This record gives sequence, structure tokens and C-alpha cells, in this order.
Amino acid sequence: MVRLRSIEELELLRSEILSSRDSTKPLVAICAGTGCLTLGARLVVRAFQEYLIKKGLEKEIEIKETGCPGFCEKGTLVVVYPRGVYYIGVHQDDVPDIVEETILKGNLVDRLLYKDPETEENAVVESEIPFYKYQMRHLIKNNIKIDPRNIEDYIALGGYSALARALSEMTPEEVIEVVKISNLRGRGGGGFPTGRKWESTREATGDPKYVIVNCDEGDPGAFMDRALMEGNPHSVLEGLIIAAYAMGSHKGFIYVRMEYPLAVQNATLALQQAREYGLLGENILGTGFDFDVSIHRGAGSFVSGESTALMNALEGWVGEPRPKYVHTSQKGLWGRPSALNNVETFANVPLIIKHGAKWFNSIGTERSKGTKIFSLVGKVNNTGLVEVPMGMTLADIIYKIGGGIPGNKKLKGVQTGGPSGGIIPDRYLNTPVDFDELTSLGSMMGSGSIIVIDEDTCAVDLARYFVDFLCSESCGKCLPCREGLKRMREILDSIESGRGTETDIQTLQEIAELMRTASLCALGRTAVNPVLSTIRYFRDEYDAHIKDKRCPALSCKSLVSYSIDPEICIGCDLCRENCPQGAIYKDDGGFAVVDQSKCMRCGICFEICPKKVRAVVRESRGLPGEKR
Amino acid sequence: MQDNEHKRLVEMIDGYKGKEGSLIQLLLDLQSEFNWISKDTLQEISERLKIPRSRIYRIASFYEAMSLRPIGKHKVSVCMGTACQVRGSGMILDRTESKLKIKQGETTHDMRFTLKRVNCLGCCAIGPVMVVDDDYHGRVTSDRVERIIKKYD
Repeated sequence: MVRLRSIEELELLRSEILSSRDSTKPLVAICAGTGCLTLGARLVVRAFQEYLIKKGLEKEIEIKETGCPGFCEKGTLVVVYPRGVYYIGVHQDDVPDIVEETILKGNLVDRLLYKDPETEENAVVESEIPFYKYQMRHLIKNNIKIDPRNIEDYIALGGYSALARALSEMTPEEVIEVVKISNLRGRGGGGFPTGRKWESTREATGDPKYVIVNCDEGDPGAFMDRALMEGNPHSVLEGLIIAAYAMGSHKGFIYVRMEYPLAVQNATLALQQAREYGLLGENILGTGFDFDVSIHRGAGSFVSGESTALMNALEGWVGEPRPKYVHTSQKGLWGRPSALNNVETFANVPLIIKHGAKWFNSIGTERSKGTKIFSLVGKVNNTGLVEVPMGMTLADIIYKIGGGIPGNKKLKGVQTGGPSGGIIPDRYLNTPVDFDELTSLGSMMGSGSIIVIDEDTCAVDLARYFVDFLCSESCGKCLPCREGLKRMREILDSIESGRGTETDIQTLQEIAELMRTASLCALGRTAVNPVLSTIRYFRDEYDAHIKDKRCPALSCKSLVSYSIDPEICIGCDLCRENCPQGAIYKDDGGFAVVDQSKCMRCGICFEICPKKVRAVVRESRGLPGEKR
Repeated sequence: MQDNEHKRLVEMIDGYKGKEGSLIQLLLDLQSEFNWISKDTLQEISERLKIPRSRIYRIASFYEAMSLRPIGKHKVSVCMGTACQVRGSGMILDRTESKLKIKQGETTHDMRFTLKRVNCLGCCAIGPVMVVDDDYHGRVTSDRVERIIKKYD
């Protein structure tokens, strides 16, 4: 490959790539994102390769391992082009059918198509599947079409044309102006206006200037950055180079958490290829602009995702935050002006440069423009990544796209914003999703995780879960967060085990106020949200735990008991074999009995008893008779 | 430390000489290579890169990815992220602890397994998720735990 020395050469290469590709030739796209790989995508790929060789078809039919398109619940995903037949739940044994029936004969393999549970109709292509139909997939739609390890796939779809335009037709100030007018707000959680951040960094005195990609997606439940970084790293890189040009930076960093090894791999490869093609490094596309990037792996620390903590980590220190009254746009990495943005924020930039600020402004609500990728997970039928315009309601996301709650359970609420966010009860489901609406409800957008909970999830336990998480992830530097979280955890533990007292709620609120006002960084300040929002909306659950010593969701271990109904038990032994405590024995009749003295109420027997049998009874200890 | 191990250690440390801010990257590589960060390793880094031992120790004890004790041959991680939690990963952890007869954060006596909880691997849609070495297992149920562990026994 010869390094591209000008924008004209880039366009020439693009036409060459397109003309060398035959779009009528059969192509099998197999998702090779971490989700599908977990479900066996590697075996599916191998099965295709072996089958095609066996049939002598390896030259006629192309196989492409692609990025993650987000419908992870239904992996392994396989799309057969040119028609675009969308197969879900593909196993390696399905491969011969797909080749013989679909590719060679043009027939459909019905069992692999998405079937609408209401209409019972099969969807053939992506646009017919409700999960996709109601989305607006500007950022993520290309993931299923490209091999992230091949820069030419990205170029073929128009990649790097925005960079070319910025470098040749716009001044750095003009780039910043467009981003400002677009009203793009940070997608990592803070929601800070991106254009303003870039402008402050550009205007700051000090050299060199640094631009940083934050791929430390630590919010449990969020994986949109993983999908973008693994599945389309060039879309992020292009945005980063444009940003560097706008701010006058020549050195960038991509910080990827080490829990995403495939993202580290694909990003490293993307940088290498971009350098080979003259899109990164010295004299990019012959325009005289120099810029290069290093990858830095995270080492397992949630707080290191906070922008100042991340900069400390880049410097080789512990990832502790710094006081934010010193703006990082003035003094950031190594005391130099630095701009840090989230992966998704950068991925929006090439689209804004290409289509214009007016286009971006036409999508979304008044103060939240553009689309947002949400990770829709938890107790919902179609879990995965969902890209929608800001302003779509939670109800539409959960029901139209998500397909509702499984098992006919009752929706209790939605947790947004990760550990910094709150739980929004079902009565607010018609809330349009945007930065300000979610904040006004006591939650926040955060990085975009939407966790659906049903009647079986205890609100107190969920608050305790987040407090426990943040307690172990707190860097410990400031007292309000370090001690406040510990005390909150103690109080929530005692409430959950039936030892709560009347004054506990007030104490929690007082600690929350202190943490909110005096913590050094947003981890401590927003850690109060899960607790305060559950007190606000699910006070009745707290009261039940404290006054009646009962858990209405029948979830908290200390407040429930498990027993087996001998009339229903079929003696299959599954519960006994899987009891971690060995607390289940067989009686003379051959039926299972729980030894209450050994039972630690983990609930495994309840989950494992065959659905058709349901012999295990979960009962409230505080209110016998309240059972499931 | 044996001679060839020491040679490798020195080679890896020297590879990072002059690279500002790369101490964490070096420690990650050493963790991967030697399965832990030993006192000898800390000493060697300190001498060769002229960094106070206390600073290296502070960093190694701050980050989850680094272990100051030897870890087992197989690393078992159970995801305790919110989405997995809501789908019952707590039970998976309980079952794994009882199967391996250790608590999370510990290593089996025979050094075969180390069990850790991990906060979100980004596979939320197919939770509960369990990782053993580089193998990801999705939609794990309590009865599958035994079968998964057996594969590595």
C-alpha cells in the first residue's frame, strides 16, 4: 500500500475500491463483536470457511467478520448480501442450510428469521425487524457492513471524506464554529457542549495540546463505546483527527479499559493502518498537518474514567481525580491544555462535518441534539444497543424497540445513567429521553445505559448494589465520598437484613447532602442519586423493610425463605445438585426438602426448578402468605 | 526468580525506558507475563526506571488488574455489572464460590483457579456472563457453572 499524499489520492483510492468490489456478489457478514463471539461466532465463521472450501465456493462467496450492530440478545447475527437477509441466533450447524438455501437458491431459512411475537410474521431484512425499524442509526448502522480490521471497508463507505474536507476547505476556527452551532453535547455523561470545550482548549496558552478519547466505559450496563471502538474504530479516529486539527493538537491518546481486549486490538490495528495510508502521522494527506495517537490501556478502575483521573492515569499515576476548578482545557495532561471527549462524541464529528450543523440540529429536542446510542438491558425482551433521536420516550424505547417485559412481569422502573443515575418509576415512562428531562427526574443520561427492572427487583437492593459498587471503586482521596459511601452501605445492609430503624432514611439523606456538596469529583457527588431517587419513588419499599421487616419484591435474602411443595415436586434432583450449601435433601418419598438451618437463601433452587414444575416456594418471612 | 525469568523481566522493563507515563502499561504487561507483581519485580522496576518503590506499590495496589499475590492458572471472572446482576449473576457467583470452595478474590490451594468479580465486561445483553481465561460464557445459569469449570480442571 502506497501512502496517500493528497486528498485527490484518497478519492482516487475510494473509487478504485468501489469499482473493484462487485456489490452483486454474495457476501456473508458475520458479527464478530464480543457479544456474538461469546455466543459462538468464531465457530460460525469457521463453519462457513470450511463449508465453502468443501464446496469449492470460496472464490464466489465472500465472508466478512464485522463489527457489532447491537442486537446482542439475538446473536450470532449473520446477514446475507446483496439481499440483506437478516438471520438471528445462528449456530454453526445452520451454515449448510444458509449456503444451500439462501445463497445458492435464494430461499429463506425460516427458523433463523426474526418472528414478531404479536403478528407472528417473519422479518426478512433489518428494516423489517421492530428492534431496528424504530431506531435512527446514524452512528452504528455501518458496523454490520465493515470489517473493523480493514480500513478500506471504512473508506468504501465514505470514511475520511469529512477529514479531507476539514483539512482542505475549513480553517480550525471554522471547524470549531460548526461543532458549536451543532450543539453537540458530550456523550460520556457530563453533557458539556463539545464546541465550547474545543474552543477553550484552542484558545488556552500552552504547548503541546492534547486530545484524548475516553473509552473507559465503566458504567455497568453500558457497552455502546465497546461496540463503536471494536466495530468501527476509524469512525472514532476520524473524529479525533478533526478535533486535533481544530484545536492545534499534534498528539492524541485513546484510553481503552482493559476489560475490552478486542477494542484494544482493533483500535491498535486501526491506528497502524491509518498511518500506513497517510491518514495519521506526519503530513496527513499531504496537507502539512501532523498528528499521531497512542493507545493506553486502563487497569481496572472505574474512577479512572473521570476526566482528570484519566489524565493522571495517562501520566502513569493512580487514577485519582483533581479539583475541577482548574479546567483541563487550561491545565490538563502534564499541565498542558487538554480536551477529553467520549468515544461516541468523537464518532458524531465526521457526520456533523459531512452533513452540517443544521442537519444535526434538526434531530432531537431543544437542548439535546442529535442521536444517542443507549444500551437497553435488564428485564426486556430485545436487549442490545439502540440508537434513537434525543426526545424519544422511554416507553417507546422499551416497548416498540425493546419488545416489552419478558414473562408477563410488571415493569417497576428504569435505571438510567449508571451508578450516577437514579431509578425512574413506570409512571414516568412517557418522559422524552434527553439530558435535562432525566436530570429533572432525579436521574441523568450518563453514558446511556437503560436498565429495565421488574417487580422481582428490590429498589432498596438496587440502591445498595450501586453504593457497594461505588464504595469499592472510590479512590478514597476525599472524606465525604470515602466515608459517606461506607456509612450508606452499612445502613442499607442493615435495612436489607431487617435491622433498619426509623431514623435511617433521614441519616441517608443527610449523608447524601454532604456528599453532594463536598465531594471532590462527580463520583462522590452523584453517588447519592441511586439512594435519593429510590427514597423519592419507592419509599413504600423502604418502609416495608424497616417497619414490617419484609421485602415486597421477595428478593432480599434475609427477609425471604425458600421451601419446596411436596405436592408439586417431581424429585428431579436439580435443586439438590446445585445447592451451594448442600441444604437440600431427599425425604423418604424421594422429594426434595430444604433444611432451613443450612439454607442461605441464595435463590438458586427457585431459579433452577423446571419452569413447568415450579415446586420451590419463595415466601416473605415478615409476612407469611406473601409468596411466589 | 529464575535466571531466564529475570532476563525476561529486565527485557520488558527496558522496553519501556524513556516512555513517559507508561508505568501502568508496563505493570499490565508484567502481570500478564508472570501472573503477579512480586516484591522482586517491584525492586527491579524501581532500580531500572528510577522510580520510588512506594510509588510503584501504590499503583499496583490501586488497580484491579494488578495482583500483588500469585494468581491461579485459570482466572475466573463473574460479571457483577447491573444488567448481569438484575439477571441473577449473584447466584452465579454463589454457585462458583461453592464449586471452587473459595470466596471471590481468593485463589484455590492448588493454585488452579482464582475467582474474581468484575464490573461490567460490556456483554450486558447476554448476561449473566462468566469469563475463564480468554473464554467468554454468556447466558450462564447456575447448573452450567459446574460444566464450565470442569472444562478447565
